[in-house]
Amino acid sequence: MSATVAPGPRDTRYPPGARAGSPVSRPAGARRRPGRLVPTAVLLLGAVYCLLPVAWVLVAATKSGRELFSTFTFLPGSGFADNLTDLSAYRDGVYWRWMANSAFYSGLGALLSTAVSALSGYTLAVHRFRGREAVFNVLLAGVLMPPVILAVPQYLLMAEAGLADSYLSVLLPSILSPYGVYLARIYAAAAVPADLVEASRMDGAGEWRIFRAIALPMMLPGLVTVFLFQFVAVWNNFLLPYIMLGDDEKFPVTLGLYTLLQQGSNTPALYTLVITGALLAIVPLIALFLLIQRFWSLDLLSGAVKS
Amino acid sequence: MTRRGGASAGPRRAPYVFLLPGLALFALFFALPIGYAVFLSFRRVEVEGLGLGSGAREEVWAGLANYTAALGDSELLAGALRVLGYGAIVVPAMLGAALLFALMLDADRRGRRETWLRGFSRLAIFLPYAVPGVIAALLWGFLYLPDVSPFHHALGAAGLPEPDLLDGGPLYVALANIAVWGGTGFNMIVIYTSLRAVPTEVYEAARLDGCSQWQIALRIKIPMVVPSLVLTFFFSLIATLQVFSEPTTLKPLTNSVPTTWSPLMKVYQDAFVKGDIHSAAATAVVIAAVTLVLSFGFLKAANSRTKQQGATR
Repeated sequence: MSATVAPGPRDTRYPPGARAGSPVSRPAGARRRPGRLVPTAVLLLGAVYCLLPVAWVLVAATKSGRELFSTFTFLPGSGFADNLTDLSAYRDGVYWRWMANSAFYSGLGALLSTAVSALSGYTLAVHRFRGREAVFNVLLAGVLMPPVILAVPQYLLMAEAGLADSYLSVLLPSILSPYGVYLARIYAAAAVPADLVEASRMDGAGEWRIFRAIALPMMLPGLVTVFLFQFVAVWNNFLLPYIMLGDDEKFPVTLGLYTLLQQGSNTPALYTLVITGALLAIVPLIALFLLIQRFWSLDLLSGAVKS
Repeated sequence: MTRRGGASAGPRRAPYVFLLPGLALFALFFALPIGYAVFLSFRRVEVEGLGLGSGAREEVWAGLANYTAALGDSELLAGALRVLGYGAIVVPAMLGAALLFALMLDADRRGRRETWLRGFSRLAIFLPYAVPGVIAALLWGFLYLPDVSPFHHALGAAGLPEPDLLDGGPLYVALANIAVWGGTGFNMIVIYTSLRAVPTEVYEAARLDGCSQWQIALRIKIPMVVPSLVLTFFFSLIATLQVFSEPTTLKPLTNSVPTTWSPLMKVYQDAFVKGDIHSAAATAVVIAAVTLVLSFGFLKAANSRTKQQGATR
């Protein structure tokens, strides 16, 4: 595969998808029971540790303000419906507005990001042109750039352009993801055969048509991964909205909950709202995560690791 | 080669057209801000008289003054040392746990399907990846609060002393725990995926030679996944240097997290609370430079080691 660029020779040896199903040999009578218990026990311990805060927030969201500080941590309370009503009623339902904002920033941001990553990654993998490596290296250097050196001047520039404290100020900087471009390039190199592109050219297909009709469908599984990565990254981003936004009508849910927690140090009654809000904020992400983890292209991830 | 109209660019022009959106975004949201930060870091505000009126505040060149101030700042140094201590807990604990879990997932692999308990555990350990850092810090923060915490409850019931998890030395562990909780699963998956890439025959051969599971893990599996360990270490290191949201979230729950706990928090504090964007820019550039030097130094060292190993094989 002459189009493989970034990954080393190791990568071409295992094209995506070929890894999981390596040939299997099973010598007779090789079963050893005790040897299998220890790994499972260790993994279960890890699972319990990782589920502990999630279990706690499930229980704590059912407690009334009084019960939160007086009853045992994992003893369910009686106030879930009240908490939900209070949270929805808080400042005319600003919480749901935060959730909608988060969905907007993450959904649209990840979609645009995936589109840009796909186009750039495909071009860098399939096309031969002068300055290709330079472009790739410059884009990649963006991965190493700490967000802080970007965020402060980004804010000042946004303010200069009159965009500070606007939806665009959070959306626009989230679109270009160097990591997304990198993944898309690896995936395009592996999934789009150079011969096919060449043949389509011979048949007179335009470059845009080749990308849209031929390359894009082949890259789709990898692009799902890029989309999910970016969706989670934007949903979880705190620094950027924290710096850009002042008006809490535009806050994503992470920032909204943070300000609520901050006020909670003066008014502990808000704590139950924070906890209920935290539970509701992770439900969509966890649901999404469970739903799509089957399609999550982890072989692509390992491809990224190899190079 | 036929071309239809002017809309579809030919193969020679096409790559540049296709890269335009990405490059434009890069110029606007990466290159320009970086350049602007560097520019700001060499400037300062000169105040004339009382600083009132429109002409009283003037931006002038400051030379390296902001940099000498940033490098000599004891608060920044203290923050850097705190993050160093924090990273010394996070990175080994997180990668150690991730490697352990990955090896356990891969243990005794003979082409059998994953048991449901292991599948469940794998998902559960990966789950925190989907939880935003702010919410993770919030959940753990409540679990650290004496009145809510099950740890305090258990220690109290056993009649043992209850340490304050949000102060002093335990605070580092408490903060590190949040990062370990959030990051172990992702790193586990990366390492596990590269473990699965090792052909089963290699293990069968080792087993026939009389290697135990333990020896196979130590002598074959771990050396095989060194590249992915290098990568996960690299990303963990960068993430650690940039810790911001977790300590910021814990701040309302305790008095022991100062506003300049990590270098990034100091940049925020300088820029938006004190309103001194010039020294904030200088500090940000210093942090970026340190990050870049560490990253490239590390990648170079890792690369030359891999090459050496390749040469001796």
